[in-house]
Amino acid sequence: MGTDRHFRVWRGNEAGGELKDYQVEVNEGEVALDVLHRIQATEEPDLAVRWNCKAGKCGSCSCEINGKPRLACMTRMSTFEETETVTVTPIRTFPIVRDLVTDVSFNYAKALAMPAFKPPGELAPGEYRMQQVDIERSQEFRKCIECFLCQTICHVIRDHEENKEAFSGPRLFIRAAELDMHPLDARSDREEFAQAAQGLGLCNITKCCTEVCPEHIKITDNAIIAMKERVVDERFDPLVRLGRKIFRRDRRQPASTK
Amino acid sequence: MTTTSAKPSPAMPGGPRPRAAIAAKTLRTDRWWLPSLLSGGGFGLFVLYTGIRCFFIQESFWVEQYHYLTPVFSPCISEKCPDNASDLGQWLPASLPFFIPLPILTLGILTVFRLTCYYYRKMYYRAYFMSPPGCAVNEPAKKYSGETRFPLIFQNIHRYGWWLACGLLMINTWDAVRAFHGADGDVAGGFGIGLGTLIIWGNLVMLWGYSVSCHACRHITGGRLKHFSRHPVRYWLWTKVSKLNAKHMEFAWASLFSVIITDVYIMSVSAGWITDLRIFN
Ligand code: SF4
Ligand code: SF4
Ligand code: FES
Ligand code: FES
Repeated sequence: MGTDRHFRVWRGNEAGGELKDYQVEVNEGEVALDVLHRIQATEEPDLAVRWNCKAGKCGSCSCEINGKPRLACMTRMSTFEETETVTVTPIRTFPIVRDLVTDVSFNYAKALAMPAFKPPGELAPGEYRMQQVDIERSQEFRKCIECFLCQTICHVIRDHEENKEAFSGPRLFIRAAELDMHPLDARSDREEFAQAAQGLGLCNITKCCTEVCPEHIKITDNAIIAMKERVVDERFDPLVRLGRKIFRRDRRQPASTK
Repeated sequence: MTTTSAKPSPAMPGGPRPRAAIAAKTLRTDRWWLPSLLSGGGFGLFVLYTGIRCFFIQESFWVEQYHYLTPVFSPCISEKCPDNASDLGQWLPASLPFFIPLPILTLGILTVFRLTCYYYRKMYYRAYFMSPPGCAVNEPAKKYSGETRFPLIFQNIHRYGWWLACGLLMINTWDAVRAFHGADGDVAGGFGIGLGTLIIWGNLVMLWGYSVSCHACRHITGGRLKHFSRHPVRYWLWTKVSKLNAKHMEFAWASLFSVIITDVYIMSVSAGWITDLRIFN
């Protein structure tokens, strides 16, 4: 039942590399990761490829297949023509380690720079109560598996290495939104942080991150644009600020929901 | 782009480290350029049409018999407008310098509103600015500062465009109510329906859909709240707006075309090229 397919896989390291050709057997029901493993088993025992769960849940096997950032374990071989060449390259935005393995520590450094959840002062641990409607928006962003496909496809850093310092990327924008929308988070400077330290203004909402997210998180609509609008409230909209002064009402109510 | 020339970036762990040396601008094999070509072309046609209409065909925007006013020229506030078509008064002179279009107010508001729209931004950044030309396709520009500086930082005024557009929408709604007008004033109190009335209403629904599904509207109705549970009405509104918001792109295109269709129809009836199909009176 197997068919013979043409694969091109990038092999190399920091010093350079190239696309190497492989003729390899593909069986019904297989995904791209299976084929990479077959290449490893039959021809190239030292082919470096990261993987873990083979179920689209660990986010380890991110690579680019025919130019599109994807999870190798979720890319069904049946989506390609039998005669089609399948090209597999490492995700482009991050430094190469070897073959299909890249160093994604950029993302961890950015996550570390992000202020963590701040517990509400007036509640002791164990007293937190939240209603489902209040936490729902944040929960969508908790589905993230940290595959960093959104980070690698984002042109802000993919095409402009120099922006890496100023820009945290969509994965961290959903984190910012998650915490800013969290009913019990006590920080009130998350908009300011997103704009000034995360580089939210660099995003031009072209939505590639949303298109590529394997968890189908609506990154742009539900997190980035929502945060941009919140930044407008804080920074750019004089009427909102005036309104808050006059009516003494704003959305920054005390976090407690007791 | 060969991406091996990574500049040192002190804040990044590991410092300057090369990426995989892949020279191709993209390895995508599908037709990634097609959506941008279609949307960029479609939008270009709309701009061309509106431009010609507003600058060079400043007539045939009103059908006296049935009270049809085209949305492109509404509100009609110039002395050139027939009295019946200018409920808001005539505060612009009949002839304006050639570089000012007759519906300057309408055109101005719509330009601000649509150009700062989150969907159109995505569309024209991709199709016209090539930023990026497609996902995982290298951007040709060397430098990129996104929406952090002048002029693009002004995209942040979108919500003001939305408020203005809502005002315009009220006027459009009034126009649509007036379009229930029959030729014979003695029949049913002057009530009438024609194909034009239906087209005007179809367009109105699309315009409302576009404006209500706007991201700024979603934010204003409830998106900015921290606790939905304390604002049940606004939460309910937010859920409805969010549903429509998911279709914002569709509304953006549908309303673009419905405006053109409505305008062409009213122009044709007004100029006498066709006669309105009457359903009643
Ligand atoms: S929408 Fe913004 S964050 Fe997402 S890929 Fe595009 S520029 Fe990057
Ligand atoms: S947001 Fe989506 S694409 Fe980005 S890291 Fe999380 S799961 Fe991956
Ligand atoms: S191996 Fe875990 S997501 Fe692919
Ligand atoms: S986002 Fe498109 S009109 Fe506001």
